[in-house]
Amino acid sequence: MLLLVLADNYLLMFVGWEGVGLCSYLLIGFWYEDHYNAYAGRKAFVVNRIGDYGFSLGMLLLFAVYGTLKYDVIFSQAAHGVGVWALGAVTLLLFVGATGKSAQIPLYVWLPDAMAGPTPVSALIHAATMVTAGVYMVVRSHVLYLLAPDTMLVVASIGVFTAIFAASIALVNNDIKRVLAYSTISQLGYMFVGAGVGAFAAGIFHLMTHAFFKALLFLGAGSVMHALSGETDMRKMGGLKDKLPVTYWTFLMATLAISGVPLFSGFFSKDEILWQAFISPHGSFWIWLIGVIAAGFTAFYMFRLVYLTFHGKSRVPPELAHHVHESPPVMTIPLSILAVLAVVGGYVGVPKVLGGGQHFERFLEPVFARNAEELIGHLPHHSASLELTVMLISVIVAFTGIGIAYLFYMKRPDLPVALAARFRGIYTLLLNKYYVDEIYNALIVQPIFHLSNSFLWKVFDVKIVDGLVNGVAALVERTAQRLRRTETGLVQNYALGFLVGVVLIVGYYLVK
Amino acid sequence: MNTLGFPILSTVLFLPLVAAVLLFFFPKEKENAIRVFTLAASSLVFLISLPIYFRFDGGSAAFQFVEQKVWIPGFGVSYKLGVDGISLLLVMLTTFITPITVLSSWTAITKHVKEFHISMLLLEMGMLGVFMSLDLVLFYVFWEAMLIPMYLIIGVWGGPRRIYAAVKFFIYTMVGSLLMLVAILALYFYHQRVTGVYTFDLEQIWQIGIPAHLQVWMFLAFALSFAIKVPIFPFHTWLPDAHVEAPTAGSVILAGVLLKMGTYGYLRYCLPLFPNATHQFVPLISVLAIIGIIYGALVAMVQPDVKKLVAYSSVSHLGFVMLGIFALTMQGLQGGILQMINHGLSTGALFLIVGMIYERRHTRLIADFGGIAKVMPIFATFFMIVTLSSIGLPGLNGFVGEFLILVGTFLSNKVYAIVAATGVILAAVYMLWMFQRVMFGPLDKPENQKLKDLSLREIVVLLPVVLFIFWIGLYPKPFLDKTEASVEALLKRVEAGRAEALLEQSSPQAMTLQTGSEEATE
Repeated sequence: MLLLVLADNYLLMFVGWEGVGLCSYLLIGFWYEDHYNAYAGRKAFVVNRIGDYGFSLGMLLLFAVYGTLKYDVIFSQAAHGVGVWALGAVTLLLFVGATGKSAQIPLYVWLPDAMAGPTPVSALIHAATMVTAGVYMVVRSHVLYLLAPDTMLVVASIGVFTAIFAASIALVNNDIKRVLAYSTISQLGYMFVGAGVGAFAAGIFHLMTHAFFKALLFLGAGSVMHALSGETDMRKMGGLKDKLPVTYWTFLMATLAISGVPLFSGFFSKDEILWQAFISPHGSFWIWLIGVIAAGFTAFYMFRLVYLTFHGKSRVPPELAHHVHESPPVMTIPLSILAVLAVVGGYVGVPKVLGGGQHFERFLEPVFARNAEELIGHLPHHSASLELTVMLISVIVAFTGIGIAYLFYMKRPDLPVALAARFRGIYTLLLNKYYVDEIYNALIVQPIFHLSNSFLWKVFDVKIVDGLVNGVAALVERTAQRLRRTETGLVQNYALGFLVGVVLIVGYYLVK
Repeated sequence: MNTLGFPILSTVLFLPLVAAVLLFFFPKEKENAIRVFTLAASSLVFLISLPIYFRFDGGSAAFQFVEQKVWIPGFGVSYKLGVDGISLLLVMLTTFITPITVLSSWTAITKHVKEFHISMLLLEMGMLGVFMSLDLVLFYVFWEAMLIPMYLIIGVWGGPRRIYAAVKFFIYTMVGSLLMLVAILALYFYHQRVTGVYTFDLEQIWQIGIPAHLQVWMFLAFALSFAIKVPIFPFHTWLPDAHVEAPTAGSVILAGVLLKMGTYGYLRYCLPLFPNATHQFVPLISVLAIIGIIYGALVAMVQPDVKKLVAYSSVSHLGFVMLGIFALTMQGLQGGILQMINHGLSTGALFLIVGMIYERRHTRLIADFGGIAKVMPIFATFFMIVTLSSIGLPGLNGFVGEFLILVGTFLSNKVYAIVAATGVILAAVYMLWMFQRVMFGPLDKPENQKLKDLSLREIVVLLPVVLFIFWIGLYPKPFLDKTEASVEALLKRVEAGRAEALLEQSSPQAMTLQTGSEEATE
């Protein structure tokens, strides 16, 4: 991971990029004796490979255009207008790599399955660090992306669509780790929105705050699972608040942060992205609107998770219930540290309009602002009241989400059941994750497998190519068998042949 | 040009023969003595060959350590050996792999032990001869001679369908070689017609420019022979049969070194002798190579037998090598040469690994395994590293070769590179799927529960290969440096030859144009 981040050229970054992919593969399949885990690890690797295909081609094109893969040479040449024609393709190809690693549509499918790995692994690489590599790569290449506005639009659109798509799946899922996994996909979508609208600093800011609260959420989920002997189904939880106080309170902090409740870290970073999406020349009203709706979803599913897990009556099976216990300090201390960071982590980037200093953005200014100003000019000026209004809207949406969750899972538990029954189609669609895995399987995996197995191997290779080879051999053999009959071993036959030959030759000369 | 003061190439080349002759005097029953002797002899060959690598001057494109003796003066046949940057690594690979395969067959070969080891030593000599020869007759002699020990190794110590596989291997290769023999003779007579000298000396024949129409036919004759050896799609069907039936040592040599004789043939003969035809056939061979990459991968994916899977994966990997060579760029050619070595190491190691598990379970069907990682953790580690090397993970050798090839191809033709790169995805699919089914999952078959992990001997067999897998992956520069000057010279020769041929073709047109304008002025 450090290699990936510290590399000064794309090739070395790619080495780190694949290296973390390998670790991810090995860690997801850590408990390899279970078929499913081994499968999940392989799926992660293969899906990432598809993304890497794009990354590699992007690198090849960069090398073909600039003759090097060093960042500084490429960026300075590109900024001076060298090879700009290729940048649209380069940035799109690199983004394909990012969709693999950072689990965006259409290559996000591996991340939910990656939850088969041990929970600390999920917390570290599938939430906080590795999966954000794609965001880092896009932001690192921001010079190229700024020169390819069409790609920026693609990045922002994929990002915002992934944000709402994954959030909608998380609305109904019952597995505590999977809800968090979809939530990660959704939050990564926000980071790409930030990058796509040119708010690179905001994207990285969200990356950082997200690392705090999402790692905390996963470790909290791990603590819950620890207490329940590995149970991940939220329908078998409930009422754990009193038995797991530290886990509960830290988890709540992270939930408030991710839901965008003011004064918690996620509020500042997410709001910065949404605001930039609203005003940036690369953004649009629609991107903002979808982002805000997804934020509402986020608040809802996160509080749904909290209510189902920690509040209400216990639905823990009796055989597990008696040894439900708070985790040892080795687990709760990291939770507490992360909780502090999840709360205060946002204060390094309080926007000016709230009297903050935007320290985070300043910190990154030498990297981004110079290039950005050179390339897109100054951002349009905007009024503080507009920014506050936009902010207020997202706060209202967040609280609405929380409110609905409270209504559904605390006050009227019959409501979600009724709703699910009423909108059975949508509910089933969401519960089955839009059947994306099934569609991929039916449209891509199975056809390739059957083509290879039933045609390429068993017919083309064995029957046609090899049949031809063996056919030639058989033909030679059969011809030889026929010819062999002339060799009868009877002297009379040979004498006859001899005679015929002499007659023919003599006849030929006579006639001539 | 020989800076060492003694004929090192001849020493390395004939030491295996001397050892094989000495083996004749060993009593048949002293099987262990035979094994130890062969291991010692082949290790000695490797040690003696080391100066070839270390004293080789990477800055020079000329043949080095050259030895030349008149052999059959009347026909212009000479005994001429030499190595350059293209053959150097292959010579080293051969001397490196042979002792490993001898050690790997310690317990696997129990019948006709003496004959087996004699065959292995003769095989080593044949392969070294192919890579060292600088005389067309000498080359052809070794090229054919090496078939015999390989034929015996498959036919005597192979699996149940060994006779079919051995005959198929022999005849298939023979068909190609005969056409090559005709082309060699044609070159010989053409050289005489132009210069008045009868010679089979490769360097002298390089000097003459061959007219474009002749190049095409000669190229085809050579290329077909090499294509069968590589094998290029659709000449590959002998390979799975030969691999499946051959004993482990045979498979390792077959994949590790023998297939490289085909790709080496293109580099040494087709490209420099027929530059113009080479350019004409770039599209055909590149497309066949790409088909091979994807087709080999897809067919490998659905194989139920591990060994067959690895065999088809070779078709895919060798497709990459061919693509790199016919990109005709520095990166492509250097990547192609490095990938030849990488494939030798990775696929060789895969066959060693398959052999180890076969010795324990006497089956190679993927479905018979599952969960092996639990009982054989050391084995699992080696297997994982080699698998990752085979799928081109950065940091391991396969990536360096594949990436260079893709860069080289991309520079000459973007579409080829884009299509070929899908092979990298497919490699991950079939290798990891196989690995998962063999090594992961529950250990549910009772036969698998008592499997013993690797013995010290088996670790010693795999360790050197894995060492090189990491070395080339992390720091390929020394290996690339050795090849650079020779590849540059080869490229120059190809370009110059092509320019010459183009000039020749266009000159009549230029003439008519000139006369046309003269007429116009009149």
